[in-house]
Amino acid sequence: MSEPLLKVENLYQHFKVSRNFTVKAVNGVSFEIYPGETYGLVGESGSGKTTIGRSIIRLYDPTAGEIIFNHRKISGELDRKTRRMLRKNMQMIFQDPMSSLNPRKKIGDIIGEGLDIHGLYSSKKERNNIIGEILEKVGLSPAHAERYPHQFSGGQRQRVGIARALVMKPRLIIADECISALDVSIQAQVVNLMKDIQAQTQCAYLFIAHDLSMVKYISDRIGVLHLGYLVETGSTQEIFSNPVHPYTKSLLSAVPYPNPRVEKNRRPLLYDSSNVNYASATMKQVGDTHFALL
Amino acid sequence: MGKNIILSVKNLDITFRTNAGKVHAIRGVDFELPTGKTLALVGESGSGKSVTMKAVAGLLDDNATVNNGEIFYRTGEENFIDLLKLSKKELRRKINGQQIAMVFQDPMTSLDPTMQIGSQITECMFLHKKISAAEAKEKAVELLKLVGITDPEKRMKNYPHQLSGGMRQRVVIAIALSCEPKILICDEPTTALDVTIQARILDLIQDIQTKMGLSVIYITHDLGVVAKVADFVNVMYAGKIIEKGTVDEIFYDPRHPYTWGLLSAMPDLETQDARLYSIPGSPPNLLHEPKGDAFAARNKFAMKIDEREEPPMFKISETHFAATWLLHPDAPKIELPKELRLRLARARKAADIL
Repeated sequence: MSEPLLKVENLYQHFKVSRNFTVKAVNGVSFEIYPGETYGLVGESGSGKTTIGRSIIRLYDPTAGEIIFNHRKISGELDRKTRRMLRKNMQMIFQDPMSSLNPRKKIGDIIGEGLDIHGLYSSKKERNNIIGEILEKVGLSPAHAERYPHQFSGGQRQRVGIARALVMKPRLIIADECISALDVSIQAQVVNLMKDIQAQTQCAYLFIAHDLSMVKYISDRIGVLHLGYLVETGSTQEIFSNPVHPYTKSLLSAVPYPNPRVEKNRRPLLYDSSNVNYASATMKQVGDTHFALL
Repeated sequence: MGKNIILSVKNLDITFRTNAGKVHAIRGVDFELPTGKTLALVGESGSGKSVTMKAVAGLLDDNATVNNGEIFYRTGEENFIDLLKLSKKELRRKINGQQIAMVFQDPMTSLDPTMQIGSQITECMFLHKKISAAEAKEKAVELLKLVGITDPEKRMKNYPHQLSGGMRQRVVIAIALSCEPKILICDEPTTALDVTIQARILDLIQDIQTKMGLSVIYITHDLGVVAKVADFVNVMYAGKIIEKGTVDEIFYDPRHPYTWGLLSAMPDLETQDARLYSIPGSPPNLLHEPKGDAFAARNKFAMKIDEREEPPMFKISETHFAATWLLHPDAPKIELPKELRLRLARARKAADIL
């Protein structure tokens, strides 16, 4: 395989809440993302999946560990050059398209903000052209640039969020639950759009979600998180056809199949997480690219 | 009303007055709930599924007007009453909680954060029944045990914030069951919960249903949940039921293009197609009621008649109906989208139906 685009090694993210209480949100997580692939992160709420995304894009300062992106170290202190490289080449799509778009700005200015900051155009005309093109790419029309976020439906707003990420031509997009707030029929539209864009631009996705059937559909490789630990990672095929970790097994068994006769005979496996001790477990290789914390 | 039917909604029509104008949210809804069975109401947000159920439970907001319709609820062998004819007071005293109880989506907002959960459970019993404090407390402990809460005596003294999301939803279910209702309406009961907890809550509701002989209505957009729990499915779109049938009929032989879209929008675990079959556009705004079939603008199989006239319910079998002109005998035969055809074949094969 080629060189990884993103390499996360032994990432720890702790939040000090008070003098004697620290939330250990992420503990020693390591994974890689290769150019043009989709890596899915799944886990229950509170498992640390959103925190990992935010630590990688440096909305948080990682407590410990190393993050290498595009051959540069992006953990720890950032110099100006690295920060500019990071801000241009890594973008994020947020969960709630309403609260992540500034209601006082026109769509064109929301999308163009990154272009303005990085000076990626030489004339006003060029700026408008870039914005118009990107709007068309996500299935809106260039005329929409003059409108405000409240004039759009939820699905359209999420398209604006995607356009804002895409306009920088990033190499990695972190999609944090970007379809969970949308209606089912709109989810399929957005997922199809994300796939088309990946085919065109070869960007990589870190796809964070709790909906396993959608994660399976879009991801090449998957990481399963529980209580801040990466308990299992491997190709989508490996995880779904041969889950090794008991937590993964229980998670997969709990996803309801949209098939009544099959579903009515399935029983979810229970997983007792009250006395697990992940800290003393180690990552073991169980398949080609398949690892589990055992 | 058939012998085994406990609830029957007939031709329900509701509008809301808003600042922007009148929103025709429910445009003629008919359905029946057989005693002891589970009915799922499926649709996107804004399709009117929650409003329909709020009308049944007498919880409509003040700006709603019921223009038309009847909601019959069986009170005895031969007797039934029209819930829409009762005053709010009568509904509160006789129906809500006692006969029809509701479980809402977010347990944190449906519980009172300042009250111990014990008193929240007994509150409804004191309201509806002559019951002593000791008896009520005993019953509350029993209910907590029934919904799978360990150490119920201790938990009675807890406040909602001391419980996890799954536990809270269990408490909400216990409250709903406290006066032994006949019908339980669950409005997206597990949407706010993780899949592992969702599975347990759904199993719990099914368990209680068989134990107490409840009739259950689920409001949901998650077809996986529907497949797990439902006996009958009604699909709603733009304030109407556009397809209804048994769960098998809807999942293995859907007839309405909107149901096709809903089914294929959620990939099953075997989906490997490059693209999901998706419905273009978004649902209509009922502030401006569409002419003809409300789904026509998003339907790639739409015909000329769809723009002029609304399709009636066509009968496919004794239990299966769908409102689409495609089922008219004169309609041209159409080919199902490939993704969908393969998917249905897969689903039938997995379920051993040929």
